[in-house]
Amino acid sequence: MKQWVFAAIAAIGIGAAADAAEFKPAVVFDMGGKFDKSFNEGVYEGAERFAKESGIKYLEFEVTNETQREQAIRRMARKGANPILGVGFAQGPAIEKIAKEYPDTSFAIIDSVVDVPNVQSIVFNEHEGSFLVGVLAAKASETGKLGFVGGMDIPLIRRFACGYVGGAQWANKDVEVLQNMTGSTPAAWNDPTKGAELARSQFDRGADVVFAAAGSTGLGVLQAAEDAGKKAIGVDSNQNYLHPGTMLTSMLKRVDIAAYNVFKSAKAGELKPGINVLGLGENGVGWALDEHNKDMITDEMKAAVAKAEAGIKSGEIKVHDYMADNTCPY
Amino acid sequence: MADTYLLILLTLDATLRVATPLILAAMAGLFSERSGVIDIGLEGKMLAAAFAAAATAAVTGSAWAGLGMGISVSIGLALLHGFACITHRGDQVISGVAINVVAAGLTIVLGIAWFHQGGRTPTLDASARFTEHALPFADAARSIPVIGPLYAEVISGHNILVYLALAVVPLTWWVVYRTRFGLRLRAVGENPAAVDTAGISVTGLRYSALVIAGTLCGIAGTYLSTAHSAAFVRDMTAGKGYMALAAMIFGKWKPVPTLFACLLFGFLDAMAVRLQGVELPVIGIFPVQLLQALPYILTVVLLAGFIGKAIAPKASGTPYVKERT
Repeated sequence: MKQWVFAAIAAIGIGAAADAAEFKPAVVFDMGGKFDKSFNEGVYEGAERFAKESGIKYLEFEVTNETQREQAIRRMARKGANPILGVGFAQGPAIEKIAKEYPDTSFAIIDSVVDVPNVQSIVFNEHEGSFLVGVLAAKASETGKLGFVGGMDIPLIRRFACGYVGGAQWANKDVEVLQNMTGSTPAAWNDPTKGAELARSQFDRGADVVFAAAGSTGLGVLQAAEDAGKKAIGVDSNQNYLHPGTMLTSMLKRVDIAAYNVFKSAKAGELKPGINVLGLGENGVGWALDEHNKDMITDEMKAAVAKAEAGIKSGEIKVHDYMADNTCPY
Repeated sequence: MADTYLLILLTLDATLRVATPLILAAMAGLFSERSGVIDIGLEGKMLAAAFAAAATAAVTGSAWAGLGMGISVSIGLALLHGFACITHRGDQVISGVAINVVAAGLTIVLGIAWFHQGGRTPTLDASARFTEHALPFADAARSIPVIGPLYAEVISGHNILVYLALAVVPLTWWVVYRTRFGLRLRAVGENPAAVDTAGISVTGLRYSALVIAGTLCGIAGTYLSTAHSAAFVRDMTAGKGYMALAAMIFGKWKPVPTLFACLLFGFLDAMAVRLQGVELPVIGIFPVQLLQALPYILTVVLLAGFIGKAIAPKASGTPYVKERT
């Protein structure tokens, strides 16, 4: 009898040890949700691709209110998940705190810089991608007025706005950009009715192309554009398919590639801490061209955007980064 | 000058769109509170109706089926509220809060289970929504000075639920002040014992008031998810139920003043959208957060007794006990 018990305990012990060694990636989505058709969904696609290719399941959690972030990340760490990927700037402080508590676990965070030795911070040059869609918007506009609807009023979203204005004015220096932010709390990522109202107010003032960088709120903006027969530009994921015919393009932020790379490099044991900047040169940002919008993009627009792209890559065009000095010179 | 006039008209146009759910929900609250039942659950009923309407419209492709389902679900919740605090004489505020919490959670859970889009319902096609109608001669009238643009921009070009909401206000006034039912309704909210002595069922009256409230909240919720936007998203009512309650108190539990309170709150919201980031002479960039907080500030100021006096129906909040032993 005693032997049985010992054997059982030993078996459990071995089992636990094997468990700990197992590769267990985790991702903590942020408010807006896994299926926001935008930022979080991009991460989800990247994680799914990794899961499909490697056959390894990942742990996930969707944060639905601000107090859950830290708990969710800590619970992942306690469960032995490694690496843990945090999605969104708002998880920065939570990741920083828990990364210090669990120095042997690797963390990665998208859209924020966390200076702890076991965290990889992935940031995108959103201003470069926004510059490109700004060029397209200016070329597509007939009224010479463009709209921008941001989500929560934070420097990151101002960076989108600033790059967009820069691109629009590079293509046509007389262009005017109307800017609105949805709110100053995280609820601003999830308010499509307000987004639609903001877009309509911009259309009323003469804008005919609107760029939405607002998570789920943006869905209302894109819908309003379809209802009013105006053009809209999506963000983060390719949103062209949502409203074919009125979606001019989408500014891509390849969070899917970022998420995939985090998991893949971690599996190979090569997840490097530090700051990982994904810009135009790394194909981290760009603009979407597919069967849904190919009829709306003229050859002239393609040529203009290609010129801008080449200019940014060669350093000839300097796109101002709002977050560098919190001002926008355009 | 013409531009400024057009800008004002467009703001008024947005005011109507934003105020519609407030008007409907405030009238719902008015019926309920006039009968002596506090209705904190306006928010939850709207939210549940918004979800039910969007889900039904997405599956059937019919906005009217969505409206029917939205109203049914909202009435169901209203009856639940009635069962808890009329039949069983529970605390009305607690029951209302419970409805809000249940609606907030259940819509997301069911949404995830049915549509797998993180609590969102699929985006509706134009055919499954209440779309905007231009009234006759709207384009022709545009050329008439002053009145023409007013007609074309503000009065014409809304969806049918907006017009319905505006029609509900005089109807509410007529029912509450000019019908036998209305007289009894007001009496049961002030002195239920007197109504009972006259041989009229207090329970029956309060239940019918709640059913009316449920219907109106159902329309309000349907408007949010199938007319104003094209899908349900979590917590899409975003406090409009509480805002409606504030408007009802601001309007002193009377239909017409309540309408104006709703329009004022809607106007402030529309102004906040339009003034954002706009440089004004003298003031500079206007703090729109102030405009957004103004409805609540005004209500508090009113309740503190600075603008007239807001007196709630006397029996509001107390369950009626037929016999004391």
